[in-house]
Amino acid sequence: MRLTELPIGSIARISSIEDSPYKEKLKEMGCIPGVLVKPIMKAPFGDPIAFELEEYTLSMRKNEAYSIQVNLLNPLFNS
Amino acid sequence: MDNKSSKIVLVGNPNCGKSSLFNNLTKLKQKITNVPGTTIENKVGTVTQGKHKIQLIDTPGTYSFNPKSLDEKEAIRVFFEDPSPDTILYIADASNLKRNLFYFSQLAQHGTPMILALNMIDIADFKGFEIDVERLEKELGIRVFKINARTGEGVSTLKKALFQDQFVPHYTFGSENDHTHESHYDSITKLLNKTTKIKTKRELTTSKIDAFATHPILGYLIFLLVLLFIFQSVFTLASYPMDWIENGFGMLGEYLTETLPDGWVKKLIIHGLLAGIAGVVVFVPQIAILFFFMSLLEDTGYMARVSFIMDKMLRGLGLSGKSVVPLLSGAACAIPAIMSTRNIENWKDRLITIMVTPLMSCSARLPVYTLLISMAIPNTPVLGFVSLQALVMLSMYVLGTVAALVAAIVFKWAIKYTIPSYFIMELPVYHSPRWGNIWVNCWQKSRSFVTEAGKIILIISVVLWFLASYGPTTDQSFSIQESATLEQSYAGHFGKAIEPSISPIGFDWKIGIALITSFAAREVFVGTMSTIYSVGDEENFDQLREKMKKDRHKSGEPVYSLAVILSLMVFYAFAMQCMSTLAVVYKETRSWKWPAIQFVYMTALAYFGSWVVFNVFS
Ligand SMILES: Nc1nc2c(ncn2[C@@H]2O[C@H](COP(=O)(O)OP(=O)(O)O)[C@@H](O)[C@H]2O)c(=O)[nH]1
Ligand SMILES: [Mg+2]
Repeated sequence: MRLTELPIGSIARISSIEDSPYKEKLKEMGCIPGVLVKPIMKAPFGDPIAFELEEYTLSMRKNEAYSIQVNLLNPLFNS
Repeated sequence: MDNKSSKIVLVGNPNCGKSSLFNNLTKLKQKITNVPGTTIENKVGTVTQGKHKIQLIDTPGTYSFNPKSLDEKEAIRVFFEDPSPDTILYIADASNLKRNLFYFSQLAQHGTPMILALNMIDIADFKGFEIDVERLEKELGIRVFKINARTGEGVSTLKKALFQDQFVPHYTFGSENDHTHESHYDSITKLLNKTTKIKTKRELTTSKIDAFATHPILGYLIFLLVLLFIFQSVFTLASYPMDWIENGFGMLGEYLTETLPDGWVKKLIIHGLLAGIAGVVVFVPQIAILFFFMSLLEDTGYMARVSFIMDKMLRGLGLSGKSVVPLLSGAACAIPAIMSTRNIENWKDRLITIMVTPLMSCSARLPVYTLLISMAIPNTPVLGFVSLQALVMLSMYVLGTVAALVAAIVFKWAIKYTIPSYFIMELPVYHSPRWGNIWVNCWQKSRSFVTEAGKIILIISVVLWFLASYGPTTDQSFSIQESATLEQSYAGHFGKAIEPSISPIGFDWKIGIALITSFAAREVFVGTMSTIYSVGDEENFDQLREKMKKDRHKSGEPVYSLAVILSLMVFYAFAMQCMSTLAVVYKETRSWKWPAIQFVYMTALAYFGSWVVFNVFS
């Protein structure tokens, strides 16, 4: 599934990133296959979205998040 | 270590504390930065220990060796300079080590000696991260230090190491022929597994604050309240020091009038120089307060949240969340605001931000608005607590902002550029502000405003004084003489020459003179008016206002009717009257095309806007 489909508070593992002009930027910010992500909040109108990425918070637009494929780990997790 | 002074560069991700450490190590012996809050240009400072000196260079932050934006390009430029740096002092945010070590892992390939400083150790402790420094030193083969750049903890030990031997890292990130992001991150994870432990995971208050700061309704409301609070403070808090400054200059003027020997030198000093300088200095309190709040919002991390909640709206206008900082800084001064666009990765987003930022009401417009509003608008209270004058002032800010946003839409449509923009940005944890650094920032900015604006104003007021006091002789002999009236002076002739083109928007030749001088800088308007109405003896706003109010056309109608004053205000809101801004736009876009377009569109907008307002109100 795609990163945009994750509900707030759920945890997923990045599986792959599609090619795009911002792929490299995403990677250097730490979006690497295998890394855990957790959507923590959305800006008004649902875009951009902020994710907890290991130890810090990264925000990106829906568009960018859509290019990231993830595997959902615990749909019930809520904090 | 040998005697030649070495060159050490301070690098790392944005917001990891490079500038804090730099200030701490150099004790602020450094050149002034241009932009409050963030670093956009490499800064040079000196670290001393006894006789030994080290040249330390602070750089803008970057996430990798492949720059995405101009400030990141600047950050890595230090590695291509001659002489190349002797040592890299790498600052990593210890509370977020993995990502912070990515850029480190790229630099570790270069064969340059490195020192690793683990900063924000207080936050890492709080989060329960345990870092085994000795193990890390062994694995990497370089010196590693835990520091807190904010309090200075551990900095003195680090400083000593700067004067000792340094080593090249020997840990292999990635492998011989695999330097992908994945392989580097893989090596970093392995390294951290060996050297760090997480004891307990504690939540920072950041997420609690964010529940409010990014709330769909509260978020905008809080932002609006913050803006109104700043606006209110700029006017109420600043009014006291402004009174003192005005009185001070008044007394100085009186003193000089009594003591200086009569003659043209006296006139030049009192009517030219003093009038011009007083006109600028009086606005320093307002500017300082604006800069203070801008630094505060950035330093605490709140500005990043504003970018986050504004991105979607601004995107529709051809801007991005990252345009928020330049646009808001534009309310203080367009010059640092335009320079702060360097962290916008997308060329089109950045260009549009540059093109529209000067429409935001900068502090140089304040004196003009203040004078004009006090002439035309009564100080009656509306709604009980705000005055009508304050409301009109606020509308001038709104007018500028709306104009900027509308102009952005036009540019979005007009500029063809296909590379899609993105908004991938770290949301830093909230920090309580570093008051010391904020004050230093404020002081440096205000000082450079006075010296920069001061230079222009000094020259202009002298030239203007000459042009207004002397004129061509009436016979054809091309010699000059002291003119009896302003109308016969050179300035008068200039004003008269452009009068036909500005009379459709309600301006007479005297305003014409002010317009011409204001093309160098807007705030010259008040000084010019003082010179024209020669209110030099006492630098008194009230006196100038009364003289201007009493000025009549030959027909007996007042020169400054409501329609003329409003038209003038709109003209100053829109017109590109700042040579320094044009120079910065040229520097930042590397072409004369954009400043030229900016000059033309803003001036056309000003003329058209004034024409509409003048005709509606007269
Ligand atoms: N808690 C804490 N905050 C720090 C520390 N060092 C810097 N900061 C804060 O981090 C923010 C960014 O610092 P700055 O020096 O501007 O980072 P730069 O972007 O790398 O130059 C500021 O608000 C600092 O006050 C530290 O060791 N601990
Ligand atoms: Mg900095």
